[in-house]
Amino acid sequence: MTVESTAARKPRRSSGTKRAAGAAGARKTAAATAQPHDAEPQLVQLLTPEGERVEVADNPDIAEFAPFVADITTDDLRDLYRDMVLTRRFDGEATALQRQGELGLWASLLGQEAAQIGSGRALRDDDYVFPTYREHGVAWCRGVDPTNLLGMFRGVNHGGWDPKINNFHLYTIVIGSQTLHATGYAMGVAKDGADSAVIAYFGDGASSQGDVAEAFTFSAVYNSPVVFFCQNNQWAISEPTERQMRVPLYQRAQGFGFPGVRVDGNDVLACLAVTRWALERARRGEGPTLVEAFTYRMGAHTTSDDPTKYRRDEETAAWEAKDPILRLKAHLLATGGADEAFFEQLEVESETLGKRVREVVRAMPDPDTMAIFENVYADGHALVDEERAQFAAYLASFEGGE
Amino acid sequence: MAVQKLTIAKALNDSLRKALETDPKVLIMGEDVGKLGGVFRITDGLQKDFGEERVIDTPLAESGIVGTAIGLALRGYRPVVEIQFDGFVFPAYDQIVTQLAKMHARSLGKIKMPVVIRIPYAGGIGAVEHHSESPETLFAHVPGLKVVSPSNASDAYWMLQQAILSDDPVIFFEPKRRYWDKGEVDVEAIPDALHGSRVAREGTDITLAAYGPMVKVCLEAAAAAAEEGKSVEVVDLRSMSPIDFDGLQASVERTRRLVVVHEAPVFLGVGSEIAARITERCFYHLEAPVLRVGGFHAPYPPARLEDEYLPGLDRVLDAVDRSLAY
Repeated sequence: MTVESTAARKPRRSSGTKRAAGAAGARKTAAATAQPHDAEPQLVQLLTPEGERVEVADNPDIAEFAPFVADITTDDLRDLYRDMVLTRRFDGEATALQRQGELGLWASLLGQEAAQIGSGRALRDDDYVFPTYREHGVAWCRGVDPTNLLGMFRGVNHGGWDPKINNFHLYTIVIGSQTLHATGYAMGVAKDGADSAVIAYFGDGASSQGDVAEAFTFSAVYNSPVVFFCQNNQWAISEPTERQMRVPLYQRAQGFGFPGVRVDGNDVLACLAVTRWALERARRGEGPTLVEAFTYRMGAHTTSDDPTKYRRDEETAAWEAKDPILRLKAHLLATGGADEAFFEQLEVESETLGKRVREVVRAMPDPDTMAIFENVYADGHALVDEERAQFAAYLASFEGGE
Repeated sequence: MAVQKLTIAKALNDSLRKALETDPKVLIMGEDVGKLGGVFRITDGLQKDFGEERVIDTPLAESGIVGTAIGLALRGYRPVVEIQFDGFVFPAYDQIVTQLAKMHARSLGKIKMPVVIRIPYAGGIGAVEHHSESPETLFAHVPGLKVVSPSNASDAYWMLQQAILSDDPVIFFEPKRRYWDKGEVDVEAIPDALHGSRVAREGTDITLAAYGPMVKVCLEAAAAAAEEGKSVEVVDLRSMSPIDFDGLQASVERTRRLVVVHEAPVFLGVGSEIAARITERCFYHLEAPVLRVGGFHAPYPPARLEDEYLPGLDRVLDAVDRSLAY
């Protein structure tokens, strides 16, 4: 299957609309805020905001993706729901802990649970994940203890987990850098002849970074088994997507020679289906895919900013109606997939998780002072050795000195 | 035959070949490193013998080259990356400084980054802008990186082997105007440690410290000074991070005078650090302040002016005279 034929067959993919191409005339930059992506986006959706399943008969465009969740049982749906609820509870607890001074900073995923759980649950154990610093839901799916995510935000380490245990790389703060690491890793997977895949998470703001474009270039020319999973949450701190792009993001993939798909990022089932589809392409040796999960960051970028200064309440309210957790709950209730006892039990479980997170964070010890000098180099370094010895002697000079 | 007479370029080529033969995880990556063999032919013939999966021609994107090398290292490979020229490393500087250098530390030692970045550097070949720079200080200043530069064929061969074997990222600066200088290489020798300095010429009156392309200039200066009855010691630093201060201190305690020579701008350069540390260590031994000879705080000039810009025999000898005059 060639990329060109794939792109031509499916309207949801980057098919190079004439409207988008060349839309930006040299003298039209002032009109940059009224671009096609402002329009209601076309996206792959399997579960409506009201919680109703979308049937292929009603929307043939989802025919390619729907089979990827044909095996999902009611039990599975309840598990996805549980994942989203617990992730949101954890995230809320972390936000509260930041307000209480226990964390220096927190980057909330509120609103992005479906994108993260849907894509995260699509992965196999031997797949490898390269996250940003907001992928708490994906970390949950990888089996990383959520309390381990808090060390860097509390300021006791820069990571806190061994990436190789869960195939979940450390959070990357410099925007977009990890897309290249994912691409290189995927090049290695292909060299090894393995049939696993790699997924790189990034945001709409990161799509402006050169590194992301270079990752697209490298993965395309080496046909690397990598899925680029962009959570377009509409805002890069205070900059709206209009400041990042003039054509819908998923369409960018076509220029690099691989398919791009826009999925309803608040629909956990659609995110699961599309990510599975993209991972399968990677495993079959068909190269990279760009998935744009169209979603919304309900909270602040981090606890340091104030979204009321840069975005409208009406916008946020409109997205509240598309809440990923509420829609799956509506579906479970409407179909008899879960009863009140299930939701009550989950509430208990959530509180237990919140309590554990609180306790672990508060008990987190500061690192040993001499840790400053540890792991700067694998093979050692004379300057580090010298400074370590000098600082140790300096600290020792206080002992018994009074 | 263990001892061969090779150019630095050939020694580097042999070294890469040896690394590819020894460890199947070693990869060569860069622009034009395949069929062309690199613009300086350092990778000549390697793709032909080891294939496109081991010797990888990359897109023209330096951040991409280093960023994907990081990913390959995470997967267990040992990439040796070529940046075509010194001035082109800056698009990759972010990946080198914010990612490559810190991966080991922020993973609390769980991740190793055995990546070598080879950079043909410094001037003297009549090149155009961005092809003659000496950015070593910018890398030596970054914790997590090791920065080295060979000055002769034997070091070119062995230091590159050692850099590839290192589990730390190494920025490997190749003195491009010395590529065609020949020297003896003993491929069965036990090499000096990667981080150690070497006394390239013994002397008793003053120490000249240099690395890479300036070692030859200093050796020529020492020979010229000898005709005037001055005994000049030349220390080849070989490594700019770490710097072998113990070795240098031993030399300065013998000669009591030190001049540091490099092509990079003097201001906040490697020489500045050496002057400060040697002053701390050797204050009561020194007969003169540590002097520095190097580039100016100006962009590297057009090629027709580079002979004036680059420290040459006369500027080095002038500094020797100034030091001895104290």
